Parts: sequence; structure tokens; C-alpha cells
Amino acid sequence: MVVLGEGKGRLFTDPDPDKARCFFRNKSRTMENKLMGLSEAIRGFVHDGEYLAIGGFGANRTPVAACHEIVRQGRKNMGFAGHTSTHDFQILSAGKVFNRVDIAYVIGLEAIGLSPCAKEYIQSGKVEICEWTNYSLSARLKAAAMGVPYVPTRNMFGTDTFKYSGCKIAKCPFTGKKIMLQPALYPDVSIIHVHEADIYGNARIKGITISDNDLARASKHLIITTERLIPNEEIRKAPTSTSIPFYLVDAVCEVPYGAYPGTMPYEYFSDEDHLMQWLTVQRDPNKFAKFLKRNIYDCADHAEYIEKNGGIARLNELREREFLLHREAENGGL
Amino acid sequence: MADFNIMELMICVASRELGNGHMASVGTGAPCAAAMLAQRTLAPHLVIMFESGGIDPQLTEMPISVGDSRTFHNAVIASGMCDVMETCCRGFVDYTILGGVQIDMYGNLNSTMIGYDHSKPKVRFPGSGGSNDFASFCWKQIIMTMQDKRRFVEKLDFITTPGWLEGGDSRAVSGLPLDTGPYRVITNMGVMEFDPESKRMRVLSINPGYMFKDIQDNCDFEILQAPRVFVTKPPTEAELKILREEVDPHRYIIGR
Repeated sequence: MVVLGEGKGRLFTDPDPDKARCFFRNKSRTMENKLMGLSEAIRGFVHDGEYLAIGGFGANRTPVAACHEIVRQGRKNMGFAGHTSTHDFQILSAGKVFNRVDIAYVIGLEAIGLSPCAKEYIQSGKVEICEWTNYSLSARLKAAAMGVPYVPTRNMFGTDTFKYSGCKIAKCPFTGKKIMLQPALYPDVSIIHVHEADIYGNARIKGITISDNDLARASKHLIITTERLIPNEEIRKAPTSTSIPFYLVDAVCEVPYGAYPGTMPYEYFSDEDHLMQWLTVQRDPNKFAKFLKRNIYDCADHAEYIEKNGGIARLNELREREFLLHREAENGGL
Repeated sequence: MADFNIMELMICVASRELGNGHMASVGTGAPCAAAMLAQRTLAPHLVIMFESGGIDPQLTEMPISVGDSRTFHNAVIASGMCDVMETCCRGFVDYTILGGVQIDMYGNLNSTMIGYDHSKPKVRFPGSGGSNDFASFCWKQIIMTMQDKRRFVEKLDFITTPGWLEGGDSRAVSGLPLDTGPYRVITNMGVMEFDPESKRMRVLSINPGYMFKDIQDNCDFEILQAPRVFVTKPPTEAELKILREEVDPHRYIIGR
């Protein structure tokens, strides 16, 4: 195949499918109890220098509890997949967890604005960057999930996004058209927050899956945080509901409200007041340090963090919001 | 004439571009408001899709995030990124509505950085997100942006998202899907299209209260004029009522 052009960005991960196969060959297929505490899971599977990916999208079904724990344990020099990474990105930036990032969308908090701490960290020159798009990162995960070295796409042509990416342009051997080659992305470790899982790691996601089905399959190690545990019989009664089978999974952590203050579809809506607090407090470094101490470093776990920020009463309000019950109240009932 | 603000005008103008029975990929904010308004006026069968996977939701409340629960509320399918982007790439999706921090005369967009050195940007912005993908794949790009010389520039600091690239046939030979490209630029001052040959931006209609000179004075490159330049049709009472009461009752977007 003739290569017609290539981006100058560095690949932070190896797209070689045979190396990935060697890894997966040795991964356990035993259906065993993988239940453990979140701090144990992060200690066991998230290591300095490795490449990390986080499931969900923006502040939606994001494993926030796990991001807090990574910062609490002080992970450093990691690679990171910034695939519409918003609240998770500002948490990890606050902890200076990574030093290289594949960027599709970071720093921004969508409609809320830009995260000052994430922006400052990226602009500091301490973080190596490679440019991508949301679909490119999804396609790269898909290639890895397929066990092939790349997949062809038709985006990115003619742009600086391509110029600073790790893509290559080739001539299609069938049609003669130009195709963009997206190299497979095999993260060392990923964390995905789900609605339900059994102790073996069979997991269910409700609502949009974003790129998490491929992410689960592309990752060498996978930590599942789940709103609730369910029995294995439940899984086997309705296998069409399973998104992630057990053999992909290394650890299962039961973390109720694990996506708070983000949205968990069909469970609770995002806490916009608290997310706004995150944003405004960053403008003052001293206040931000105190905020991080209170909400991350001095918290034993996610439950303590939630307790400090409104506890069960607040979660009930967010549940009402998720189910649009506030609209029924506004409209005086149905 | 009804009383309206500039954001209301831009949303109404964008909504009229969206055809009934077509598909549009949108993000949150003004683009989503335009699509929601279109569904409640001229295009009840407009299919709205979000890159995170929500397709044809019933948008009873404006989403605040491209992946929040509203983006697939009562949807026909809760899918994922690859499905949505690949549906665009197969040629199913008629429109996308985009924005950026800089735009040039060919409708290329920058949402990545300000500065000259990629490794040391003066100001870093989020990057492409799905913008490059939608602009590559959807048939017609509609761009909504405020107009000033800092945004409408001769040369982008970074081409995040492809417009007509360097004009002429450069987009077609680049490898991007054929017959795709920027279609309208909707600003506070007017509506622009692109010359069919050179692909340079030209003024199609001027918003009430503005003159061509205002548009040129707020644009760093020479902007052309279409053979006939119109006055932009202001929002109707009916459009404004729906926009204010149903689409954005809390004035999240139109109150900006």
C-alpha cells in the first residue's frame, strides 16, 4: 500500500495486533470473583507511566469515583485518551496524572466553559500532545477491538488536525481513493462505569454506549465500577442486555452514584451547581487547593465526597431531575 | 415587526435551512435550539442525532451536554459514536451545524489553539471533538458564529475542521467525501454562502439593521457578494413564541 502522507504526532501506544494477541493469550478466562474495593483496584491495575482511558462521554456515565481515587493515590506520567473528556479531564489535570494526551476534545466543559486548571496544565508545555477527532479515537479503539492494526476512515483530510495526528494517508487498493488510516489504540488500562454487573464482571450499560463497547474490548486491563451488583443468574436470564462479558474484566467495584456529579442515565442527572463550583473555585489556586483537599484528598471514598456535597437529599433531587419529575411539578401534574 | 434579539434571529435563520424529512447532526446550544425549532415549525420529520449515540430523541427539554440523558430521551435508538459517525460517513446525514473560534474565507474552522507553535500554544482550546468528523461527512455544513475581525481571519492559526480547504476543487481532491462542504455561515450581521467556483465566502443576505459595510468591516478578509443580496427575513411571531416558550423557556441560549 502506498503511503501518501503522514501526521507528525507520536503514537503513545503500539498498534501491533500480534503483541496485543500475546497479551490477551495470557489473560485469565476463568469466571472468578473479581469483586474488590476501588482503592485496591486502582492500586492493582493503574500504574505510573501506563496509558489510561476513561469510559463515558463528557460528564455522562463517567467513573468519577475512580478518577478521584487515581488522584488520591498520586498516579503520575500516564498517557491518556482525551475522547470528549471534560470533568474527568479536569480531575486528572488537577492531580497532574498524565504527561501525554491523545486529544480529541479536552479542557472544555461543553456549555459550562473551559476548565482553568486543565487549560493551564496543557499550556504548561509539560504535556505531550497528539491531535485526533472523536470519531478517530473511536475508530482506533474499534481497530484494536477488531484485532487489526488500523481501520480506514474518510475524516481529517486537508486539516492541521491530521498534520499533528499519528494517522497516515494511503491509496485505497480497490477504488484508488485516498483513505485515512487510524492506528489501533490498545490502552493499558481502562475504567468504565456501568449500571449493573455481577461479581465476575459481566456488565450492563443502559442508554447510549458511546465508545465503551469497543473500549472494553480494546483494553488490556479493565476496571468496572457499577451502580449495583446483580446475581449471575440475572445476567444469564437476559444475555441481550450484556454489554461487557466477564473475560474482559479484571476488577469489579460496587460504587453507588459512582458517576456523581455527572449524569448516570436512568439513575440521576448531573449536579450542575456542584460542577459550576468546580469551575469557579479553579480561578483561585489557594481556594482550589482547599477544595481538592476537602473533596478528594481528605475523603476516604466516594460516599464521603457525596455526603459532603448534599448527600442523599441532593441525590434524590438529581434523581427527580433525571426522570423529568420537576417538569411534572412545574406543569401541575399530568 | 416583532421584537427579537440577535441570538433569536440566528436560531430562526438556521432552523429554516433544515429540511423536513432530513437528518441533522448537532451539538448543544444554538445548533440544538435551531434543530428543535425546525421540528416545531417547518420540519416536523427532521431527525436529530448526537455524536454520543442518541438518534431521534423527543427533545422536551434542551440538553446541556452532548451525552446527557436528554440526547436520547424517548429516542428510537441509544447507539454510540461509531454508529452515528458512520451513518454520517455513509451519506445519510444532510446537515451539521458547527462553530469555532476562527473561520476563514473558505469556511475552514479553528477550535484547537491560538498561536504559531503547536507544542506551545498561546491559548489552547478543546480541539476537534466531533467537528472535523461531521464537517467531513455531512452533506451540508451550517456554521453559526458571531462576526468580528478576530474570528473572521485571513489565515487560521490551526485548521481543525475542513471547509472548502484552499478553495476551488481542493476539497474534492483532498480525499474527503465528494459533494460535501460548507453551505451557510449565519452570523449576527448576515448570512453567507460560498461562490460555486472559487468557494470563497460571499454575502447572501444582510440582517435587518446592518449594511454590507458592517459585514466587511468585521471581517479580516475580502468578502464577496452574491449576485443578488437579500435582507434576512426576521423571526416571525410564531417562531419567536415557540422558541421562547417551548425550545428555550429558561433562556439558556437566547438569553446570552
